[in-house]
Amino acid sequence: MYVAVKGGEAAIANAHRLLADRRRGDRAVPALRLDQIVEQLALGVDRVMSEGSLYDRELAALAVVQARGDMIEAIFLVRAYRTTLPRFGYTNPVDTGAMQVERRISATYKDLPGGQVLGPTFDYTHRLLDPELAAGAEVETPAQRPVDAEAMPRVSAILAHEGLIEADGEMPLDHVPGDITREPLQFPMARDIRLQALSRGDEGFLLALGYSTQRGYARNHPFVGEIRIGEVELELDVPELPFAVPLGSIRVTECQMVNQFKGSAKAPPQFTRGYGLVFGQSERKAMAMALCDRALRASELGEDVVAAAQDEEFVISHSDNVQATGFVEHLKLPHYVDFQAELGLVRRMRAEYEARENEDRAAEEKREAAE
Amino acid sequence: MDIATQSIDGGFAEPVFNAQAVFRAMMDAMARPGTAQALPQLARPPAPLSATAGAVALSLCDNDTPLWLDPPLQAEASVKAWLGFHTGAPLANTPADAHFALIANPKDMAALDGFAQGTQEYPDRSTTLILLVDDLASGPSLLLEGPGIEKTSMIAPPGMPRHFVEQWKQNNQRFPRGVDIILAAPGSLACLPRTTRIKTMEA
Amino acid sequence: MRGQEAREQAGRKALMATLAHAAADEISRLWNEAGLPSEAELLRGPETGLVTVRGRIGGDGAPFNVGEATVTRATVRLPSGQVGHSYALGRDKAKARLTAIADALWQDPAHRETVETKLVAPLRAALDAAREKSRVETAATKVDFFTMVRGED
Repeated sequence: MYVAVKGGEAAIANAHRLLADRRRGDRAVPALRLDQIVEQLALGVDRVMSEGSLYDRELAALAVVQARGDMIEAIFLVRAYRTTLPRFGYTNPVDTGAMQVERRISATYKDLPGGQVLGPTFDYTHRLLDPELAAGAEVETPAQRPVDAEAMPRVSAILAHEGLIEADGEMPLDHVPGDITREPLQFPMARDIRLQALSRGDEGFLLALGYSTQRGYARNHPFVGEIRIGEVELELDVPELPFAVPLGSIRVTECQMVNQFKGSAKAPPQFTRGYGLVFGQSERKAMAMALCDRALRASELGEDVVAAAQDEEFVISHSDNVQATGFVEHLKLPHYVDFQAELGLVRRMRAEYEARENEDRAAEEKREAAE
Repeated sequence: MDIATQSIDGGFAEPVFNAQAVFRAMMDAMARPGTAQALPQLARPPAPLSATAGAVALSLCDNDTPLWLDPPLQAEASVKAWLGFHTGAPLANTPADAHFALIANPKDMAALDGFAQGTQEYPDRSTTLILLVDDLASGPSLLLEGPGIEKTSMIAPPGMPRHFVEQWKQNNQRFPRGVDIILAAPGSLACLPRTTRIKTMEA
Repeated sequence: MRGQEAREQAGRKALMATLAHAAADEISRLWNEAGLPSEAELLRGPETGLVTVRGRIGGDGAPFNVGEATVTRATVRLPSGQVGHSYALGRDKAKARLTAIADALWQDPAHRETVETKLVAPLRAALDAAREKSRVETAATKVDFFTMVRGED
């Protein structure tokens, strides 16, 4: 039971004032501008957009500053803001095949149409801290190379022609995509709803679960079929125009995980797939999402559910870090009445326990005296 | 005037304040069933949608609220375009899918139990019916009682659905499920929430 | 649809796409240089809201909802009667108003040429250049992996 407490207004106001001061820090140090964060902490901004489930760089940057760099707090701020806006509609599904690619790699094919491009990656860096960066050294402009006009089809399309890989996830024709922002979660859930939850899920939580599948908890032999990062165009159908109206483009990361599958009563031996699609340049998150998506398809593919990563209710109910932090952090708020009631209960139980002890001891002493 | 122009004119001049004013009138009307709440003309929808019903739709409907139109409204492309442009509400395929329903001709409307009734767990998932009526005083009198009414209240909208009193009794019996009604008259509106009982109807 | 009407729609969509991508200050700079009129009656907005971005399972399967994005839109009417709409990602209301006017002016035969040549053409050229720069920089990171045969014999 919750019992309200009153008071503390002055302390709260002063705490917030102190927070504002500490957030600003030493006034001799220039204040951060939002464009600096957007440009130079871009992947942090991307994480806030992806888990805040709102694509808007400036707002995500503002949230990062306001939260003093606490990412989950920033995600919370963004989630809260988005509830204040009306919704104009659902975009037409993005075509990742038509992406303006900034990175595209495959671990399954070395020579694939369109080639592999590394893009701005941390891969193959030596993870040595760079003192020059601290000194603010000038940065070289990127190298350039003429572009081959070759198209970049998705790797899944290349594998498909042998019939050894399952098709893209289909739903019945009359299926309307579920929306967790409108309908409460219900289990079991369709794959489309799971993907929506995973796409906004906590990167750390999904990473740990994905890792657990690799270490043998629901092993499913994953290969990165393809990761691509880049800009996709958005279009929205509106009643006032006879064509889908272009909105501009957003950066997304897509991961196609290809999993060896020995077959089951429900499906022949083939490669199965896990899918990840997240806002921004968020490769680790997209990969973790794809691993979890595949693990969560256990029942659909006739696999035994033996590990946490395959347990839909466990994974989806705990993947949202705003819900998680809300419930964990509420424990620090006043629970005085709760605790007083518990205290009374424990005192009574302790008294009963001691009374029993005393009785037992008295009985024992009596028996000893009698012997 | 072509459909394209009709469909974009006549929205709220002050979207926030107008919607608040209409919402306030509806809230008061729901809280005190049977009382007429005055409403200035804030919207100018294409006929046969009325100014009052149009303002109610602008205040309540959005992209997430499927809307059902009765045949006279359904037949009017400009009405559909106007509602689409100003609210973004999708049209419901059947009355049972509708969050809101606009009824230009209540006399011939579908049975109340054909609309969404909500569920025991989510009784709010029922259809709110917006009935266009000519006035609130010239029809057969409905004597009302229930929550929000101290003793009794009286309202007399003309052209109500067939067997309305009997249908409403059945609606009461489905509680907590059931539909709610907004009566949109020129210059005013009144409400019949599902908790209101119709005691008698003047012959 | 008649060919004429299809071309008209394709042209209008291309205009809206270019404007949606363009930065607000660049639009207003070119606007002033071209001397385009900016008088118009606001019929709706400018207002900011959300669109829910959809993807497809596996890239090409059934649609699912990925998350939301901010979008700002406006609808205006020119004194000459043309109605223009604008939609673009972000929260820039001044840009929404101006681009809705551009859409309306484009429908006016007296202004289309100016809108196309003085506003859209330079914006499109800048957009194409930015995309091309990204493409050639990305292309410089293209790799050829060689699988090494481990010598056993």
